Amino acid sequence: MARYILRRFLISIPVLVGVALILFLLLNVVPGDPVTLMMGEHIKPALIEAFRARMHLDDPVLVRFGRYMLGALRGDFGVSYKLQREVSGLIWQAFPHTVKLTIYSAFVSWIIGIPAGIFSAVKHNTLIDRSLMGFSLMGVSLPIFWAGLLMQYVFASRLGWLPVTGYYSIKYYIMPSVVLGWSSAGTVARLTRSNLLEIMKNDFIRTARAKGLSEPSVVACHALKNAMLPVITVMALQVAGLLGGAVMTESVFGIPGIGRIAVDAITHRDMPLLQGTILFTTAIVIAGNLAADIMYAFLDPRIRVEQANS
Amino acid sequence: MLQIRNLKTHFFTRGGVAAAVDDVSIRIPPRSIVGVVGESGCGKSVTALSVLQLVSRPGKIVSGSILLDGEELIGKPSKQMRRIRGNKISMIFQEPMTSLNPVYTVGRQVAETMILHRGASKAEAMDRTVEMFRAVGIPAPEKRLKSFPHQLSGGLRQRVMIAMAMACKPSLMIADEPTTALDVTIEAQILHLMKELERDMGTSIMMITHNMGVVAELCDYVYVMYAGKVMEHAGIFDLFDHTKHPYTQGLLNSIPKPSGVRGRLFNIEGMVPSLLRLPKGCRFSPRCEQAVRECFESEPGLYAVSPGHGVRCFLYRDCGDGGEAI
Amino acid sequence: MNGAEFDLDQELAQRDDATAAGRLKGMLRNNKVAAFSVLVIALIIAASFAAPLYSPYDPNKPSLSERFAPPSRTHWLGCDDLGRDQLVRLIYGARISIVIGLLPTSLSMLLGAALGMISGYVGGKTDFWIMRLADVVLAFPSLLLAMVVSYTLGGGIVSIFIALSAVSWAGTARVIRAQTMSLKEKEFVLAARSIGVRGGVIIFRHILPNCVPSLIVLFTLNIPGAIMNESSLSFLGVGASPPSTSWGLMIYRYKTYLLSYPWLAIAPGMAILIFVLAFNFLGDGVRDALDPYMKD
Repeated sequence: MARYILRRFLISIPVLVGVALILFLLLNVVPGDPVTLMMGEHIKPALIEAFRARMHLDDPVLVRFGRYMLGALRGDFGVSYKLQREVSGLIWQAFPHTVKLTIYSAFVSWIIGIPAGIFSAVKHNTLIDRSLMGFSLMGVSLPIFWAGLLMQYVFASRLGWLPVTGYYSIKYYIMPSVVLGWSSAGTVARLTRSNLLEIMKNDFIRTARAKGLSEPSVVACHALKNAMLPVITVMALQVAGLLGGAVMTESVFGIPGIGRIAVDAITHRDMPLLQGTILFTTAIVIAGNLAADIMYAFLDPRIRVEQANS
Repeated sequence: MLQIRNLKTHFFTRGGVAAAVDDVSIRIPPRSIVGVVGESGCGKSVTALSVLQLVSRPGKIVSGSILLDGEELIGKPSKQMRRIRGNKISMIFQEPMTSLNPVYTVGRQVAETMILHRGASKAEAMDRTVEMFRAVGIPAPEKRLKSFPHQLSGGLRQRVMIAMAMACKPSLMIADEPTTALDVTIEAQILHLMKELERDMGTSIMMITHNMGVVAELCDYVYVMYAGKVMEHAGIFDLFDHTKHPYTQGLLNSIPKPSGVRGRLFNIEGMVPSLLRLPKGCRFSPRCEQAVRECFESEPGLYAVSPGHGVRCFLYRDCGDGGEAI
Repeated sequence: MNGAEFDLDQELAQRDDATAAGRLKGMLRNNKVAAFSVLVIALIIAASFAAPLYSPYDPNKPSLSERFAPPSRTHWLGCDDLGRDQLVRLIYGARISIVIGLLPTSLSMLLGAALGMISGYVGGKTDFWIMRLADVVLAFPSLLLAMVVSYTLGGGIVSIFIALSAVSWAGTARVIRAQTMSLKEKEFVLAARSIGVRGGVIIFRHILPNCVPSLIVLFTLNIPGAIMNESSLSFLGVGASPPSTSWGLMIYRYKTYLLSYPWLAIAPGMAILIFVLAFNFLGDGVRDALDPYMKD
């Protein structure tokens, strides 16, 4: 088991390096000179030269990449052009907000998605099933930012129940979490349903019925554990979707999380900040995938036992 | 003990209604092994699932009667029916690979039946499971309790399935092609085991198979099904020595014989007809070498050629009606 | 569950729905929601591309006297902050969603299919590197990667186009690779290989045709994501830029007036919801019809 985890961990390192490389290349082949872009057109050439030298902008790309990676390993992502502060400090400041938002909305999506999926599968091909699935498709098709605006309009501006924007207490997180969670609840529900239906087609379900188990017992004892294995994987994979969605949600609700920083960095063409936030986010996603695989291995005897024996 | 009378199980599909089981009557006396034989799609599995009331949509039992020790099973409330499944009637399936739940140990899966029907505690059930494992010939039973299905070979898995089916000492075990997925040597062992269990524990077996060899090895009495109907039924010796129905003759002739005449292996021409487009008249007529005009026009009944030997074929009409087993 | 030997469904499937096209037709006959979705999509596409033929207003010409005009007989959905007709702008704005929904998706589909088949068929080092690249691309949250690409290219519709093509090929490549690998072991491919048919020919003659149903499924399922990503990018200000209109951009513009003139921002969001939902319903139907593993 330990070996399996270690192997999985080692596989994800080159992926992370690949991500960093692609990101670095994309951001460093920007047409136009980043210094002029940043400092404006009318700046003394000498200043530009000095700046370029300080930032080592004239070294070959791969050398700069190596230097960047070495720094990143020590937690140094460079300095923001715009804010003139350490990127890592800005990220650590923003990260807790994003974590909160992601956890709350993941929670919302499971609470809505998993029961809806199970119910839909049990009531397969009935009106309930169809309406639940139509509803979940609606969640998937809803533009997050627009839903956020609508909620703000209705619950904050019109009804005055909730604050419009901000991040000061859990009250501020209700709307963002519901909006973000709702959109991924659809995915969770559909996945739970399709897995459960797939599992219910298995021969061992017929065996369980032939044993004399009641239908709820068949579903709860024999189908659900099998069906939840892939769902757990998706829960961790969801992290990617939620982090992506967090970008939108944070912008709409004024939460100063990672996504918000990334958007600001794009607006101000602040390359080090953009690079740092995206690399960081992607690293979290990769860690999420890793966690999913490990969890899966713990839960599925077919993997767990094999690894223990080998 | 088990009497199936005029059972009709239909499948209501988009393309029409398919009579997968069409007026089938089967009797399984106590302490006997009864074979149900036929090609794929003849309705033998659906008959078995009908007994346990496990036919799922779009299939439905339309009419008929299934009596277990005189007790009607059709229309029984599902709660009472569940008390019969796994307890009085149990079932094993073709694929031992997929018939066991991969995420639970085999011990737990066998014990579950006893906890459910006998109200045994977990420890008691586990002890009984060890006994059952020993009875079905699983080596090192204590150790095997904690194995997961994927760690066992196909033969061992089928033994686990049998242990599960026999756990509550049912009066009937339905075996749906239990050896089809196994190697020939393992198949012989499993068949031997089933015969032993029938003798020692007094459980009757309904053996569903397409393999005439298995029938010859195991069964006391045989029903031959074709496209949803029983074509011939007879005691094992009558069936092999006094084969009547052209279809049964075809089935027996297509078994390769080591001592037989060399040359082309006999096969029945044509295909099993679709249940949605059954031919007019006898449903075997398009493939029958002995068919006469009447065979294409009207359906034959079951005629009794001798006591306990019925044939659905106009060739034996002179023997008179009343070929039903019951 | 009908018993292992009862293959009625299969028999039915073989009878009237042998080809992918046949199965799609059958699906549209039986699945009313999917059929309705096709109608909605067709209507939106036709309306937006034929707009210059019938539209009484220029979508970009301001008319100061009609600023924030409420919905009326002359302006069905009212006018925006510059007095431009909202409905006409919505109809024109659909063009970007349509183009973005279809073109990058097709492009990434071609790329993904080609790389997937090569990866699966050739195997070895080629396979290894293509799949590692796919891993890397899949590790990025797609919206963020699209943001970065669009940053590099300086925003605008073309950069969205490239960004969206670059992010969605990897998923397709994985599916097609898996399928190619299993097809490669099938008897008909083995037979072709055993008589010395060249790899390229086998890929085109034997593997590609068998991947077509999966490609159709992936295509319809990828469209809504692309449309959604475009509107998100435009809303964030890194996508379509004026004067071209996009629904995401409209919401971005009109959110300022949410309190006083809420319908301005509500209408384009509704348009996205309807369009994406229609594609999702259609995609569901297509998958059920073509993907043998998803069939109930």
